[in-house]
Amino acid sequence: MQSTAPHAHTSATDSSHGHAHHEPGFFSKYIFSTDHKVIGIQYGVSALLFLLFGFLLMLVMRYQLANPGKAVPLVGPLLEYVLGQDVAKGGVVGGDLYNSFGAMHGTIMVFLAIVPVLFGAFGNYVTPLQIGAPDMAFPRLNMASFHAYFLGGVVMIASFFTPGGSARSGWTSYSPLASITDPTNLFDGQTYWLMGMVLLITSSLLGSVNFIATIIQLRCRGMSWMRMPFFVWAQFVTGFLLLLAFPPLEAAGLMQLMDNLFGSSFFLPQGLVVSGTPLQVSGGGSPLLWQHLFWFLGHPEVYVLILPAFGIVTEVISNNIRKPLWGYKSMVYSVMSIGFLSFIVWAHHMYLTGMGTKVATFFQTTTMMISIPSVIILTALFISLWGGSIRFNSASLFALSFLPMFGIGGLTGLPLGFNASDIFLHDSYYVIGHFHYVVAPGTMFAVFAGIYYWFPKITGRHMNELLGKLHWAGSLFFMNCVFAPMFIQGFKGMSRRMSDGGTTYFGGLGGDPGVLKLNNMIFWSAIGLGICQIPFIINFFSSIFMGKRATSDNPWQATTLEWSTPTPPPHGNFLQEPVAYRGPYEYSVPGAKSDFSPQGDKN
Amino acid sequence: MEIPYTYKARPDTGLYNAKVGIWLFLASEIMLFGALFSAYILLRVSAPVGFWPDVGLAWPRGLLNIPIGTFNTAVLITSSVTVVLAWASLKMNNFARFRVYMVITVLCAFAFLGIKSFEYNDKFSHYVIRLQDGKALTGHIEVDGKHPRFWNFSDQWSVAKLATQKVTKIKVEMDPERDMNGHVKAHGSHDHEVREVAVSDIAFMGSYTPATHPFFAVYFLITALHGLHVLGGALVLGYFAFPGAKMWKSNPEQFINRIEVGGLFWHFVDLVWIFLFPVVYLL
Repeated sequence: MQSTAPHAHTSATDSSHGHAHHEPGFFSKYIFSTDHKVIGIQYGVSALLFLLFGFLLMLVMRYQLANPGKAVPLVGPLLEYVLGQDVAKGGVVGGDLYNSFGAMHGTIMVFLAIVPVLFGAFGNYVTPLQIGAPDMAFPRLNMASFHAYFLGGVVMIASFFTPGGSARSGWTSYSPLASITDPTNLFDGQTYWLMGMVLLITSSLLGSVNFIATIIQLRCRGMSWMRMPFFVWAQFVTGFLLLLAFPPLEAAGLMQLMDNLFGSSFFLPQGLVVSGTPLQVSGGGSPLLWQHLFWFLGHPEVYVLILPAFGIVTEVISNNIRKPLWGYKSMVYSVMSIGFLSFIVWAHHMYLTGMGTKVATFFQTTTMMISIPSVIILTALFISLWGGSIRFNSASLFALSFLPMFGIGGLTGLPLGFNASDIFLHDSYYVIGHFHYVVAPGTMFAVFAGIYYWFPKITGRHMNELLGKLHWAGSLFFMNCVFAPMFIQGFKGMSRRMSDGGTTYFGGLGGDPGVLKLNNMIFWSAIGLGICQIPFIINFFSSIFMGKRATSDNPWQATTLEWSTPTPPPHGNFLQEPVAYRGPYEYSVPGAKSDFSPQGDKN
Repeated sequence: MEIPYTYKARPDTGLYNAKVGIWLFLASEIMLFGALFSAYILLRVSAPVGFWPDVGLAWPRGLLNIPIGTFNTAVLITSSVTVVLAWASLKMNNFARFRVYMVITVLCAFAFLGIKSFEYNDKFSHYVIRLQDGKALTGHIEVDGKHPRFWNFSDQWSVAKLATQKVTKIKVEMDPERDMNGHVKAHGSHDHEVREVAVSDIAFMGSYTPATHPFFAVYFLITALHGLHVLGGALVLGYFAFPGAKMWKSNPEQFINRIEVGGLFWHFVDLVWIFLFPVVYLL
């Protein structure tokens, strides 16, 4: 029988007992667990560590941008010691090391931190609970998915220590830049990057199959599609994005691996000259092919980064406004439209490649179309606030500030969706500002909101509210100080690809040197942002052991099914078979005995 | 609580979990192979004219062995039929017949891979040679009286390598002459002619491997990936036929489901080849 935990069945003769098992050992409980909750926590902890690592890479880069060519204080000697004399001489971040950090910051943040924490951690922990399932549909695949992800992370980190350092061609790994390899050193950082990506893609394939199958098959009695919490809808659509968008990148990755290892020319055109010498390859390939395949993943991936965040924010907000969500159905249809449309907008990342005006017009049109459902979701959330008796706790503060922050991120994306304005803005800091507004104060705020919100369910204890609010206020302030100046720099035409913070660029072109001073402000704000995460880290660990005990299984008085499990939920989740009697957000129903009517309560 | 619908169908969807899982997996696989086929199309339509010396066209044609490819197609289709018969035999409660059909399926899979490696071998020792005077010739080469073998990468030759090994002459067993469409001419000028070529006359030489032309890069990537799928499928089906078959006693319903799911995957692998064969071999 496909049991959730093979070790649980010591006597196969008695199939009726699901729980009478002895305590599993350390390895089977924490490393090789097939329980979706343990896997969710594994994903969460690993992803948060990667997040911290990616953040630290960024701090070093921001120091270099603010003080080009100066040795990095504190970290510099460490870099020189760990990475070697030739990579970080004297603790200075040179062009190559800057590029390597830039590529790895992007890769780690997107593929190893944000997606795993949204889809792997919250998705794994919460989705089966919210649909009333005992576990995921394929628990062992779930475990394999985490292991592939972790291995992918190890390969990515290991690439820092390969001769020549890690991948240096940006998180997009455009060929031919990424394909020009040293023939004596085939297993360089780029090869590691590609192998790591193949592992991560495998992980997301296993994960997405599992999520979709779980949501289709394991909904409890009464949990019809339109009774599913919006979070589950968001995960469902995200699952399809991962399932269908990642394979083209896998194909592209295999091709680039062939180019780098076997000398083929998938992405290398004829007559390529590198540093004055013609490249010894057959040619006949197309660099644009890589860009198409990459962005065919890349754009759905952006929605992978934001849809689960919508889901988390919706859960937190609906619970803390104590009234029904406005426009649940239109939000569901919107999230489905986003899922579909996200597959036909990818070339808006490629306006600069000189595509024809007709093609550009097509992608510009679809890009404008996809902003409509995004706006519907955000508007529905804003309207939901109207007339609610809003509770301001750490979770809801993060969720509420998600709305305007994501709004800024989304609206600044419109000029990038238009062909004409994008051509000016594309290579500038404006793009960095836009993208980070979506993901950092956007998605990351949703992640924090989710952590504060579900922490009592996972640990049985609340996180400290004072520290939480400090964390929120500081993060909100410094996030804006970090990313808002980038829009100004971008409008002034500062290139986003220079390792010296634009000094040569402005020096040569006589640009406004005042813009360079913003680099200093960004650096110190980033330091401030880092300091503001200290209360969170302290709060997170101390609350596991010393936090205020949750007074009941449903401390937030929420309606969705995850709150009708014991705290923390045992193996198999529910004590009785759960049944969904009503929709997910029935707060303040007239005539009800309290201001919330849980989905699982009959009356 | 046990996980529901592991082998019983859920009433409202009419599916058991694994069947949903395999269909989703196949959807993902379609995107994977779809991307590779798209890459093939894009590379082919944008290939520069005169890029392949043998034919005046940009893209090499007629270089793959169509009769062998056709035979391999038949082998794979046979295995697809037998995997259905294996599943049907179980449905009719005939385990012995199931095992026979499953064994035939797995044998077909390995026959396919064997024939494929024969084709690979041929490509690794097949060279295109461009002479200093601009003429080009293709054929199998012989260096020091030996044919290169594909399992030995040191058997791959280039002009530079011939020079360092102090080889002065190689023998080329010429390919039959082709017309502009890549078809072999009925009466070519040099049928099975063996020509001696001085190494000093050679401007460029490369075997029919990924580094020589994007066509071979695409060919080897898609067929190797497909071959890996065949191998994986064969191993799983072989497992079902022997060690995994003890589930037939403990839970026949789930066992039949497993065969069905494995069969669906096997049909997909077959289907990829049905697209691959005309696209790469015939067009």
